[in-house]
Amino acid sequence: MNDIWLGLLNAFKLILSFDADLFEIVLLSLQVTLSAVLIASLIGLPLGALLAVNRFRFRRAAIALLNSLMGLPPVVVGLIVYILFSRSGPLGVFGLLFTPTAMIIAQVIIITPLIASIAHQALRDLWSEYHDLLISLNTSKRQRMMTLIWDSRRSLLTASLAGFGRAIGEVGAIMIVGGNIDHVTRVLTTAIALETGKGDFALALGLGFILIGLAIAVNMAIHALSRTERTGQW
Amino acid sequence: MKLVVKLLLTLAMGAATGLVHAEDFRMAVTTSFHNSGLSDILLPQIKHDLDLDVRLIVVGTGQALKLGRAGDVDAILVHSKTAEEKFVASAHATHRREIMYNDFVLVGPIDDPANIAVSKSAKDALTAIYEMRSNFVSRGDDSGTHRKERALWQFTGNDPQKFQADWYRAVGSGMGAALNAASGMNAYIISDRASWLKFGNKGNLTLLFAKDPVLFNQYAYLPINPAKHPHVKSKLTKALEIWLTSAKAQAMIGDYKIAGEMLFIPNARPN
Repeated sequence: MNDIWLGLLNAFKLILSFDADLFEIVLLSLQVTLSAVLIASLIGLPLGALLAVNRFRFRRAAIALLNSLMGLPPVVVGLIVYILFSRSGPLGVFGLLFTPTAMIIAQVIIITPLIASIAHQALRDLWSEYHDLLISLNTSKRQRMMTLIWDSRRSLLTASLAGFGRAIGEVGAIMIVGGNIDHVTRVLTTAIALETGKGDFALALGLGFILIGLAIAVNMAIHALSRTERTGQW
Repeated sequence: MKLVVKLLLTLAMGAATGLVHAEDFRMAVTTSFHNSGLSDILLPQIKHDLDLDVRLIVVGTGQALKLGRAGDVDAILVHSKTAEEKFVASAHATHRREIMYNDFVLVGPIDDPANIAVSKSAKDALTAIYEMRSNFVSRGDDSGTHRKERALWQFTGNDPQKFQADWYRAVGSGMGAALNAASGMNAYIISDRASWLKFGNKGNLTLLFAKDPVLFNQYAYLPINPAKHPHVKSKLTKALEIWLTSAKAQAMIGDYKIAGEMLFIPNARPN
């Protein structure tokens, strides 16, 4: 129990001392995860819309598959990305292993199904409302998808934020493909794993609290910037 | 909403430009080398003397060898002689150069139920633990330390694969995590001395047995073979080898102490 208080204390100490290493780790965590969320949203949101408006033969199976991929184990994703990008793997020539780019790729694979699934659910409900209107206006498929995406942008924000939540706290995949290299690929979660391994629970917890604080700050910032929860816009 | 997208785009651009690194020199090292704190002493000096940023991938010996075999690192620094010799024999590394050694210690609960503190040898100590079926934590991750532990059990005439899980707990993780587990279940464990001294969560554990020569642990440096992996920076691997075996580096290794205890004994032979 004592360790938890020490951890909290440590978190404050670290923040107040403007530790350069900490700043670097936090910044890299944000860069990797936000890039992954952006890319995964660019893939996942349209994919969700496509599944909502399109009727095709394997639609049910595709949706079931997408939903189950939400539970993709990060370690397995990490291992697959590692094998692909290893020097002796098929994509080894790019030399991407142990770089932040590889970490972003792994996280995109992990969170795209999650974002697409949540987006699909939200868009499907809206589609049942808009269906007759959009069909009678003789809109193209593309226009229908765009309308749905724009009109449910707030629910889609939740989808992206869920992706952010899964990615920022993820450690299994980025540990394997990033290697937790000091000053290159060390992020908050891998640093926490490292300090836990050294038995320095206070520092590990300190970093953990900073991670939680960071997630709260990013969520608040995005809500503030996108003006949700304002009067008349519930 | 637009603002959010703009913000994300700027961040992503920053990520794209800022994160593309020039290729670095990468070395896979064992957890003990890093957790001991020795790397924090040596790396800044390497940077100063050779202007070389060594990027450490801290893993177990098994994974380090695997990374070397795939050509994902330029050199490895590990401690498992038989595995290393096999590695060189199959031409994954050009050669093997001994750098230093440290020793393993037997750690366990202060009340020492198997009474190993008075053992005459590591073999006797392990036999006592086996006979008492006292809780024992094994790394179980095919690391150098795990291989050493298995070899020591073989000495006692027992096969650890046949041990019951009710007392022999293979945790399958790094030294630190294994020590955390041992601390939690008040179990015996074999650790390298450096990791043990640096470990911050000792709880009810204490060092019970050490100094038997079978517990010595040789570290060797293996540069990955550029004939197999042309992208390996063989000039840099050579420069680093010369530095690690230089009188200066060897003295730094010998001078590194925690709580007044010497952790590594340098033993590189000049070429």
